[in-house]
Amino acid sequence: MKHSTFFWFVFPSVLLMIAFIALPIVSVVTQSLYSKHEQVIIVVENCGPFGCTQSTTVDQAATEALRAEEPLGKWAGLDIYKDRNHLAVNEVASAWVNSDGLPDFGRTLMNLPFYSAMAFTLTYTAVVTPLTIILGFFIAIAVNSVARRLRGPTIFFSLLPMIVTPLVGSLILFWMVDARGILGTGLQWLTNDPSLSVKASTPLMWAMLMVYGVWHSAPFAFIVYYAGLQTVNTDTLEAAMIDGASRWERIRYVVIPHLVPLTTFIALIQLMDNFRVFEPIVSFAAAAHATSLSYAIFNDLGGETRLLSSAAATSVLTIIFVAILLSPVLVRTWRDFGTQK
Amino acid sequence: MTIMKNLTLGTAFAALGATSALAGGHACAEGRVSIVGNEFPAIQSVAAAALECAGDTAEANLTADHQKINVAGMTGNPAEYTTAIVANSSIVALINEDVIRSLDDLVAEHGADIPQQQLITVDGKVMAVAFMANAQHLVYREDVLEQIGADVPTSYEDVLAAAQQIREAGIMEHPVGGAYAAGWNLAQEFTNMYIGTGGEFFKPGTAEVSINNEKGVEALEMMKALSEYMNPDFLTHDSNATSAEWEAGNVALMNMWGSRTGVLMDDEGSAPEVYENTKVSGPLTVGDSGVPATTLWWDGWTVAKNISDEDAVATFKAMKAGSSPDILNDETMSQAVWLMEGFQPQEVNEGVLASVAAGSAPYPMVPFQGLLHTALGDNIADYLQGNESAEQTLADIEAAYTAAARENGFLQ
Amino acid sequence: MSVATRRPLSIRFLATSFLMLWLIMAAFPFLWTLWGSFKVEGDFFSKADWANSIFGTLTQVETGGSFTDDGYYGAWVQEEFWRAAFNTAIVCICVVTISLTCGTLAGYALSRSTYRYAFWLLLFALIFRAMPPITLVSGYLLPFFEWNLWGHLSTTIIVLVAINQPFTLWMLHSFFKNIPKDLDESAMVDGCTRFQAFRHVIIPVMWPGVITTGLFSFLLAYNDFAVTSMLLAKENHTMVPKIASFLGTTQTKGNVMFAVAAVVSVTAPLFVMILFFQRQIVSGLTAGAVKG
Repeated sequence: MKHSTFFWFVFPSVLLMIAFIALPIVSVVTQSLYSKHEQVIIVVENCGPFGCTQSTTVDQAATEALRAEEPLGKWAGLDIYKDRNHLAVNEVASAWVNSDGLPDFGRTLMNLPFYSAMAFTLTYTAVVTPLTIILGFFIAIAVNSVARRLRGPTIFFSLLPMIVTPLVGSLILFWMVDARGILGTGLQWLTNDPSLSVKASTPLMWAMLMVYGVWHSAPFAFIVYYAGLQTVNTDTLEAAMIDGASRWERIRYVVIPHLVPLTTFIALIQLMDNFRVFEPIVSFAAAAHATSLSYAIFNDLGGETRLLSSAAATSVLTIIFVAILLSPVLVRTWRDFGTQK
Repeated sequence: MTIMKNLTLGTAFAALGATSALAGGHACAEGRVSIVGNEFPAIQSVAAAALECAGDTAEANLTADHQKINVAGMTGNPAEYTTAIVANSSIVALINEDVIRSLDDLVAEHGADIPQQQLITVDGKVMAVAFMANAQHLVYREDVLEQIGADVPTSYEDVLAAAQQIREAGIMEHPVGGAYAAGWNLAQEFTNMYIGTGGEFFKPGTAEVSINNEKGVEALEMMKALSEYMNPDFLTHDSNATSAEWEAGNVALMNMWGSRTGVLMDDEGSAPEVYENTKVSGPLTVGDSGVPATTLWWDGWTVAKNISDEDAVATFKAMKAGSSPDILNDETMSQAVWLMEGFQPQEVNEGVLASVAAGSAPYPMVPFQGLLHTALGDNIADYLQGNESAEQTLADIEAAYTAAARENGFLQ
Repeated sequence: MSVATRRPLSIRFLATSFLMLWLIMAAFPFLWTLWGSFKVEGDFFSKADWANSIFGTLTQVETGGSFTDDGYYGAWVQEEFWRAAFNTAIVCICVVTISLTCGTLAGYALSRSTYRYAFWLLLFALIFRAMPPITLVSGYLLPFFEWNLWGHLSTTIIVLVAINQPFTLWMLHSFFKNIPKDLDESAMVDGCTRFQAFRHVIIPVMWPGVITTGLFSFLLAYNDFAVTSMLLAKENHTMVPKIASFLGTTQTKGNVMFAVAAVVSVTAPLFVMILFFQRQIVSGLTAGAVKG
């Protein structure tokens, strides 16, 4: 395809992405390298319906001068990345020197917000992604064997976890797993432990978030696999059968290879989405037990004083980690591209 | 005497204002008016009255996300929003970013009748006009306290004693409630408790945090002691969930927002024995400092800086009409603890009024309080879960706050 | 059914019971919500006793019957949820149309280009997708307010299209790769321009893949919260932020049952849509919409 034709075909799409994603990313990266100006603080008297109190406030006139000098803020370089609320370089270094033994070092590390968020995020990604793919695969195989006229409703119900608005879908589950909710009571009955409460224990909360993650994204894997199964070459299957291949061998040597490209696609999307896990943590009020990088960004932007540079730094770190996670898949795509010429 | 005179005058002016608004068909103010604020009913009433005054072109954007958009919406020139309805915690962001104007001249010219107590001043300059108050205070079950023969608690120590008795009597397993959800709610409870111990959050006149002291430890220990009597899920219970627990009859004592007690005492959502016995009382104390362990809150309106004087006048007039005594009627009276003249307190408001009467501290209007609040919300759960010592938690909070304050230019 | 796909009884039984288990897991929370949406809040939460939510004890006390439509009435009539539904319809239709128009053009070009820059474009699109949406949205606020773009449905539509472009591109790119090159190239030999070849040869055969991609775009626009809640003025709110506003704030109680009723009603049109499009979803992906 000619360069000019290519240009006009991709132009609208690229324009949108540049304007609404690339430029914001540039500004986010810039933001993460600057911190705010020094704020001149003065003591004043504040009065209101509840009387007067001595308090501090920002001296706007004095701060204005500093602001005019450096409109972007104060150059911070990588300081924000290295501070305690992010990579905590100094804290980690001193913990490495001062801790007695690896377990102690681990505990110190887990006490730092970035590393405890990473611990959960990585565990979540590592557990949920393969389970989603496996569950989706088996659902697809099972749905594929259902009588044709029942398939419509079956597909709809299988897709429900994905299409019910996550905002409320996870809230409803949260109410159901409450110790007095139907699922919570069911769990107590199953484990024969009337004091069991999912929301009170960190391991159970992690487990619940992961179960929710698998439940929520299995439909995506399912629908992609289900479609893939429609194109499995029946001739090859029959040939394999005549050759005496068992049922499992047919799945292993014919169906699964056919689905490999789909798996790559699902893995790519799921790795990225799971790494950015956020909604369930908010809906399940799980912040006491588990946090993620996206939750940290939300927290920075949601407070009374917004931490723009901190949120920007965490966002850049998120992009970098996603790129690292996806690199094997990307290298594969690169090679595919090379062979197509 | 002068106060009395002012008030009568004020009422007269307000009446005049109302008549002229009616006579003119619309518009008691000429100019652009655009409101951003939270969405609860009291604010809806204020905004509706302000819009009625400002005419057809005026707009209001009332949403729970108001705090995320008000700074951006007032930064441009001209600002998208000519007024933001804020609380004492959220006005700070607007002052820090220098997007709201001093109302001194407007008050002098058009608002002489606004009672002094509604004016919020910072360094002598009027920055906002408050119209309602709120506070957290004790809510209790009269029947349960009668059963164990206890008086209404006035301190958290009393609450612990009563909770012990209730549990021993087998009435409830988890008699204490509280909005202890990790994050904003939990930080708010610590703020209450720490103020109750008489602690100071910052070294005077600076942005340096100083909560890692015995008062901080005392506050944390009291919170942990209380949490022993709470539902084991307490770290996930925000004020919604805590109220739901109350309505289910699982809780007998809790520290709750005055603005939420109305629905606890109505006949919806709970059994008669719960709502009939739900009573409110003043704030609790902790230790022997004598300071109530609660914070007072106001909601009020501001005027944007980056707008023309004409629009500022129109906005001021419209918002003044929106928060005038005229808006009080049978429907709006119960929506909040109004600060306007003519408000008749009801039974549900007793808790907030008692908190004000007890001389509770307002939530600190300090530029960096929000940063500390976030740091508190992120770290206290570690201690309450028994993962680390109180001192370690307080040190973590200080470190997290310091990093954030440095990034925001409050510390060097 | 061909010989190869016939299954022995034991396997069929296993597959069926696995599927039943999954369907229960997938549908139970929704059915529970559907049932609960006709109760009052006390029963729905059932903090006192979970069985209340089945028998509607408090619903009896408060409304006199075992079922109530208060939630639906409150959401649709009192809170005018239909406005939000109308806004959602506009947003969804526009997002799907625009993102498919841009996406098919670009996806087609990407699948036909043999130059390296096509790969880099795809790669950057993927990296762009890694950006957490809340950071993007908070970055939009200031310029949007400055240029008076904030609050309008059109702005939100463009933003949703842009955020969704990377996914659309990847999906459509792989789909077009499976349409044989000979088709359009022979048309070009016959004297068509590239665009004419695309219009007359590719467009007629691309629908299944486009519909599949469109469904995912639709779901994104339908369920989005981060963008719609921050970029839309209150009167333009779509359904999801409207539902969120029913949930109340820290200091005031919301109307949870309105939210529950709204969620149930929001899901109903999707049922019809999935039944209608399920063939297309499958035939679309069948043609190879998604290859890594």
